Amino acid sequence: MQVQLREPKTIMKLSKLGSFHQSKLSFLRSFLNEFKDWKYSKDLFDIDEHGFGRAVYSFSKKNKTYSLVCFANKIHDDERSDRVIATKWDAAFALYDGRPTKLDLDRLSKNVPKQEVGRVSYKELSLSRANKSLRVFDHVVESLSNGKQPDKKILFDVGYLYRTTAVYGSGKFGLADRFRIKNRSEINGPFRLEMMLVYLVRQFTFDQVNHIAKNKNPKKAIELDTEISRNLGIGNSTGLGMAPFIVNHPTLLNNWILARETVLKKIREIKNVENDEIELFKNCLKKSLKNISSWTTESNFQLNKINNLKSDLEKFSKHLNNNLDIKIEFLFNEIYKWAEANLKDECIEYIVSLMMEPYDEIVNPMISKMSSEEEKYFDIPTKRTIQDLRNILEKNYSDILKIDFSTKQSNQNFWFISKNKEEPRLADRYLQKGSELEQPLAIARDIKKLYEKISNEKNSSTVGMFLVHNNDLRHIVRRAFIIENFPYSEIQDNIIGSKLIPIDMLRLKLSFFGANKFDPRSDKWLRICMFQGAPLPNELDSFNDQWIYNSLN
Amino acid sequence: MDIQFFKLMKSFSEIDTTVKRASKAMGFSWGVSEEIGKSITLLEMFGIPGVRTINSYFKIYDKQKFKNIDLISKSNSSSLPYCPVSAGVNFLNQISHMEEINNISINNVAFPILLLPFISRASYISGKKILFKIDEKNFLLNFNQSVYSNYSDRNILEKSNIINISFLDNVNLFTENEWKELYKLSENTFVEESEELKKVGAGAGLTDND
Repeated sequence: MQVQLREPKTIMKLSKLGSFHQSKLSFLRSFLNEFKDWKYSKDLFDIDEHGFGRAVYSFSKKNKTYSLVCFANKIHDDERSDRVIATKWDAAFALYDGRPTKLDLDRLSKNVPKQEVGRVSYKELSLSRANKSLRVFDHVVESLSNGKQPDKKILFDVGYLYRTTAVYGSGKFGLADRFRIKNRSEINGPFRLEMMLVYLVRQFTFDQVNHIAKNKNPKKAIELDTEISRNLGIGNSTGLGMAPFIVNHPTLLNNWILARETVLKKIREIKNVENDEIELFKNCLKKSLKNISSWTTESNFQLNKINNLKSDLEKFSKHLNNNLDIKIEFLFNEIYKWAEANLKDECIEYIVSLMMEPYDEIVNPMISKMSSEEEKYFDIPTKRTIQDLRNILEKNYSDILKIDFSTKQSNQNFWFISKNKEEPRLADRYLQKGSELEQPLAIARDIKKLYEKISNEKNSSTVGMFLVHNNDLRHIVRRAFIIENFPYSEIQDNIIGSKLIPIDMLRLKLSFFGANKFDPRSDKWLRICMFQGAPLPNELDSFNDQWIYNSLN
Repeated sequence: MDIQFFKLMKSFSEIDTTVKRASKAMGFSWGVSEEIGKSITLLEMFGIPGVRTINSYFKIYDKQKFKNIDLISKSNSSSLPYCPVSAGVNFLNQISHMEEINNISINNVAFPILLLPFISRASYISGKKILFKIDEKNFLLNFNQSVYSNYSDRNILEKSNIINISFLDNVNLFTENEWKELYKLSENTFVEESEELKKVGAGAGLTDND
């Protein structure tokens, strides 16, 4: 039986993309698998009794080493802010290519804590900073120093000791350009260096909290329990800065979604599902029902989504256990079809993620196809004809072409770069100033404009001749020829419209990172958790691949 | 010294982004600004002073008049200096026509080095090497992989009298005899096969009629 890939027109709608969850394809899970045979070590821990100082952690294999350099700083409570406009953080980090010398550490100590206003070099691969979750951190120090393990309830409501507020890579602030490292097989997948940084930061937070407790009460203090540590991750506060990424990297986005869709298609085409495969699927489902109960948020929007997910998963669980014959052929295709007919997007996509769990042989080959050599697709094929261009637009943007851009609502917002922090922001076109400096992210509007413009052009004319007089549409012509070969490269929605929910864009990207516990703090930023339940660095040589469902179970 | 060196370095990603934004601020469309960002990054990667040159051009861009070249012909001249960006973008737009013309001359181009990366990309797109001459300065553009030049001055070229662009035929740079001599040497790595090995060494071909 042949199953078709799901239609880009359906999948690439923001409400659908905003319902994606972590899966075996997610980068943090891939990272752990790819680095399980690397040697982890704590190379330097020069931290004072209050937890301030520097530390270095590394992963190495043969003659290759990646080192996390940590700087823990004293800041006042009123200086602590997760917003990108902050200038001081509890800790700042850089991932260094190799083993840093004393000279490197001194250089980095003058720059890394300053983050955006410091300068780093091509020897640094990623840059980040993080703030303590004060309530949790202080509680853990207090408990451990008194010889007690901390209250799990307090810990797991939050899920981490620290949260990062930005993780930079790919040439930002002088960091190594991607071209310098793209041929290294161990970090070929997307965002592997950023995942490595966050993972090692997590270990630093445990070591720091143990160290402070020990110094506070040397005789009585105990170390944080391994099981508790494993169930803590690293938080992250994410705002709009991340949203345009998925618009600005169309071939990369395509490759992420195409990997997911290809895996789903292949699983639906499995004729005979083995007993151990369905049992693993059921086990992950069972653990999910408990795990999701720990997802807390004050956002009604997200609360509604979580509640729908929980009730839909329960409904599905009943169907699976009571009504479905698990011996039937093409079992996962039946499950998928039932989910589509009976459940909401949030749960359908959760089940899609669960379906991947038993199938390493299907998932793993796709993991290596999730990067993109974006430069290859920059040139516009100017020899092609207007007829070709029209066909591409009609085939790939049919829903976009139906949008009426003469209405105010369709043009409500504009994306701009903040002068203050050089980060992307969103504003109301009719209430705020600056729309004349709009970023080229209004893809739907510009596609429609292009379509209307070429309606008067001769079919046989070349795209090059069209561009000679229409260079204002050059950016969108480039995209049109990208989607021809990358059908999942474009969000099939109007991201300047009044109905836009920006966190849908964030959730899409974060799901591919492998984040969970989505906690929107407004429609424009949210908190998440990464690596909660993940093996600790000294456990990497052997761990349960379904660790993400094990947390709190 | 290391610290000073690191302080000065900008990544290519930063150059691309900043040049793109600066170009937009100068009034170019986003699509053209993307082209300028890529082009200046390319110049810098080739070791040619792209950032300095575009910065100098933008300083006078609003103050002086430049002519946009739309349709490029075999011979192009203007009393006003041509805008190198417009010339470059439209060269790419008309690449198939440019290949047909083969030898193109453009008189009076401002900041001519800014035209080079566009022509370098044209070399890649057309699959042909291009000889790009700015007056007496020669640049051999090799499929956008490298630039071979008799010019290594780091000063900014503000104008050119004449630019010549020639698509070169794909021909070898060596004689047949030179090739034979080299091939003969390479044969010394081959193994003389016995009659038995000739039959089985390839591992296929014996039962192709089954």
